[in-house]
Amino acid sequence: MVRRLPPFQTLLDEHATDLHRFLVATAGPHDGADAFQETVISALRAYPDLQSDRNLRGWLFTIAHRKVIDLARARSRRAHPMAETPEIAHVDPEPPGDASLWTAVSGLPTKQRSAVVQRFVLDRPYAEIAEVIGSSEAAARQNVRAGLESLRRILPDHARQEV
Amino acid sequence: MDDEIGRRLRHLSPPQEAPDMTTLLDDVNRRAEAEGLVDVAWTVTDSPIGPLTLAATPAGLVRVSFGEDEAAVDDLARRVSPRVLRAPGRLDDVRRQLDEYFEGRRHDFDLPLDWQLSSGFRRQVLAELVQVPYGQTVSYKDLAVRAGNPKASRAAGSAMATNPIAVIVPCHRCLRTSGDLGGYGGGLDAKVWLLHLEGSRLLDI
Repeated sequence: MVRRLPPFQTLLDEHATDLHRFLVATAGPHDGADAFQETVISALRAYPDLQSDRNLRGWLFTIAHRKVIDLARARSRRAHPMAETPEIAHVDPEPPGDASLWTAVSGLPTKQRSAVVQRFVLDRPYAEIAEVIGSSEAAARQNVRAGLESLRRILPDHARQEV
Repeated sequence: MDDEIGRRLRHLSPPQEAPDMTTLLDDVNRRAEAEGLVDVAWTVTDSPIGPLTLAATPAGLVRVSFGEDEAAVDDLARRVSPRVLRAPGRLDDVRRQLDEYFEGRRHDFDLPLDWQLSSGFRRQVLAELVQVPYGQTVSYKDLAVRAGNPKASRAAGSAMATNPIAVIVPCHRCLRTSGDLGGYGGGLDAKVWLLHLEGSRLLDI
């Protein structure tokens, strides 16, 4: 079967905005921009060797998800040089916008954060989320559920009343 | 599950200081170029004969086609490399020389050409065509002769029809032996416009 990969620009035209939203929501506004560039460059480098043109969006977001994990690991190494806690998250100082929500989201473990953002910020189906985070669909649902429960616990009552 | 937190997450907007998409994409583009990851750069430019789609590889100009030619860009992704990006900067020199040509200030193009989209006899015909100077015309039959196969004027015709680098590889200078216009990918009006620009005498106009 002949691969018919579309021009890489087509992927960017279709998905760059969502990709950026995903990365800003999962990695924070500052690291989100860097992660965006890293994701696109990695994708561009690997693109010609891609074996299938099925679900190019999922492929792109898998790369983005891995960048977010790498970032979290690098951060935890910087913050706790002795500890081996790859899933620890970083809280952006004074996050703007819906501040308490940003802070709460950035406090979730990486996989939950990624799943919650894909589900609610980007409105993606569980099958796609599962593919991106490298899990079963059931595990993707579980990550979203656990993430939401944490958010409910973390968010103070007064913040929950804000709209 | 789909409760108030979900609703608020849906409206989670990026902060104001986040750079806008154009800046982000420009930065990515620049880095992709610097790291040699853009196998095909393309853009669309305006001209007196309508928009032209221009594409270049690191080897040179690989495609000039008429209109905003998405099919040509898809074709490049398939035949050259899928690492295709819109990168107008890479085509600045092509655009400048085309502008000068359309204003009558340039008769010859000084651009590296990438011939990989044509092969065999067609490529030989196009190589001969590039030698036909500004303001002169040639017949399909002449081109076939020059390319080494006098009986192949039909094949010379199909070389014109599939010319990947229009205008710069001047297929508009190729007419029928009778002096008839023949055909043109950009439409006959465009062909006539170009021949007039170059001051060519046409029998049937």
